[in-house]
Amino acid sequence: MITFQDISKTYRIGDEKVYALNHANLHIRPGEFVSIIGPSGSGKSTMMNIMGCLDTADEGQYLLDGLPVKDYTERELTRIRSRKIGFIFQNFNLIGNMSAEENVELPLIYQKLPAKDRKSRVQDALEKVGLYDRQKHKPSQLSGGQQQRIAIARAMASEPSLYLADEPTGNLDSATGYQIMQLFHELHDRGNTIVLITHDESVAAQADRSIRMKDGHAKEVTV
Amino acid sequence: MITQSVKMAVTSILSNKLRSLLTMLGIIIGVMSLVVLVSLVNGATGSITDSINALGNNLLNVSISDDHDRPLKLSELSSFTEDDLFESIAPAAASTATATGAYAEESAHLTGTTAAYLDIQGLELESGRFLMKPDLDNHSNVAVINADLATEVLGRTDVVGENVRFNGKRFLIIGVLKEKNTSSNNASDSTLRAYIPYTSLIRLSEDVSLNVTSFCISAAGDDMDAAERQLENILLERFGQDEDAFSIFNQSSVAEAMDSVTGTLSLLLGGIAGISLLVGGIGIMNIMLVSVTERTREIGIRKAIGAGRGTIMLQFLIEALIISLFGCFLGIAFSWIVIETVNIIGSTDYSLSSGIVLLSIAFSVGIGVLFGLYPANRAAKKNPIEALRYN
Repeated sequence: MITFQDISKTYRIGDEKVYALNHANLHIRPGEFVSIIGPSGSGKSTMMNIMGCLDTADEGQYLLDGLPVKDYTERELTRIRSRKIGFIFQNFNLIGNMSAEENVELPLIYQKLPAKDRKSRVQDALEKVGLYDRQKHKPSQLSGGQQQRIAIARAMASEPSLYLADEPTGNLDSATGYQIMQLFHELHDRGNTIVLITHDESVAAQADRSIRMKDGHAKEVTV
Repeated sequence: MITQSVKMAVTSILSNKLRSLLTMLGIIIGVMSLVVLVSLVNGATGSITDSINALGNNLLNVSISDDHDRPLKLSELSSFTEDDLFESIAPAAASTATATGAYAEESAHLTGTTAAYLDIQGLELESGRFLMKPDLDNHSNVAVINADLATEVLGRTDVVGENVRFNGKRFLIIGVLKEKNTSSNNASDSTLRAYIPYTSLIRLSEDVSLNVTSFCISAAGDDMDAAERQLENILLERFGQDEDAFSIFNQSSVAEAMDSVTGTLSLLLGGIAGISLLVGGIGIMNIMLVSVTERTREIGIRKAIGAGRGTIMLQFLIEALIISLFGCFLGIAFSWIVIETVNIIGSTDYSLSSGIVLLSIAFSVGIGVLFGLYPANRAAKKNPIEALRYN
């Protein structure tokens, strides 16, 4: 599903060239649950941004479903983000002035789905995360764990095949974190590909396999 | 997509009510000044044009300033109307006199003229008759007075058959004119006027002689310009091709001049109001730019979950458009209130000019798009990663 071939990404800090990714290679098969672990500054987030087609590599080739991403136009990349990829962030990234329901509906609006289909999908997703009764609440009226579940419901609603989660439990206590991890396991059991970025070894250990990032290199490890 | 964008725009406008209202205020004031000023000017123009038309619009007034020692005789006037372009002609010698009646003593305008004057000027009698040929032939001391003179000097209007004194000389009142329509607040003509035979005025006033220096002539057809040209030719011939010997006043050219004056006036006022609308537009742009920066993170989220450039652009553009359109409608509503208030206070009859209402709506849409485009484009061009990192 995901193949990184010698991918490099550099940032310029003053006159110095800093490698966020330094000829990184990895391969993730469809249906896998992979965790990416490493200290901050090791290139985890850059890797996720490239995977999620939010950013492009400076060197090397990124193949998504076997096709090189750099050949896509911006419009096509937007379409891929919209249909194929579900993002889950550490700080939830819900839109504050919209209700839970509206937040979940938003990606479906961008997919130009008719209103009837949107409604049933939103209901479905909210039921799966157990927050259907909170659909009219604004994010500020929900706890952290609930907000993250809404964010997962938002990712689920567009029925992507690839879930990219960046420190999804980072802002939550361990009990709530556990609930969130259960949701990822459920998603995995339904055949979805999950890439989870974390610096928490115990979270990383719940994946099929772990990839450790260090100084922009990717290295397979068993945790 | 549009419906959803409108919904989102409304949500974000409502989530910041005070700011949205203050932003709209620029547009509200701009639209209000545009609509109110232009409507008032249009209304005033209407009533001015009406009162000019009431003076008669097939009328040419001529005054002779230099007769080249060949003065125009009263008897000569009738030869003018031999031309098919003219209907009738009457001398109009003006003078002032003290009018003394049973009730009071006032200064009045006297016009020495002939029988044709009534029709040429479009005057209407309330009672009695106008001057007739025998009155002129006999130099009779008879007078037709207007309603104002009747009420001011004699205390009432049914005074036919009574006497009035001009400069001490007694005149028999043979007719009273209808009161001018004073429903429009302008009180266009409240001067005290009396019309006496031309020949009688010669005896009353030293300035007036048988040499006519001022007369009015009515055109037979509608073509006032042709009539004016023809009259000019006749007079040029009469006074040795001297253009400065006489001057012709065309009532319809007065109306035209008035039209162009008020046209310029409404253009000027509209222009000033347009500038304030433009300032309102800049206010929208300013707030939209702030809003785009504030919502950088939101833009990042939207892009990450599948919003394209066009979608983001549309959302912000619609937001700017809604602010300016809503401001415009509020402005129109306030304008209506202002105009109705003016009408109640001044008992006038102004109304919203539909043309300017449509224009201001079109203008507001234009401003919303124009000043929303740049902020919307900035929002659309944001890099999603940097936007997501923004706090």
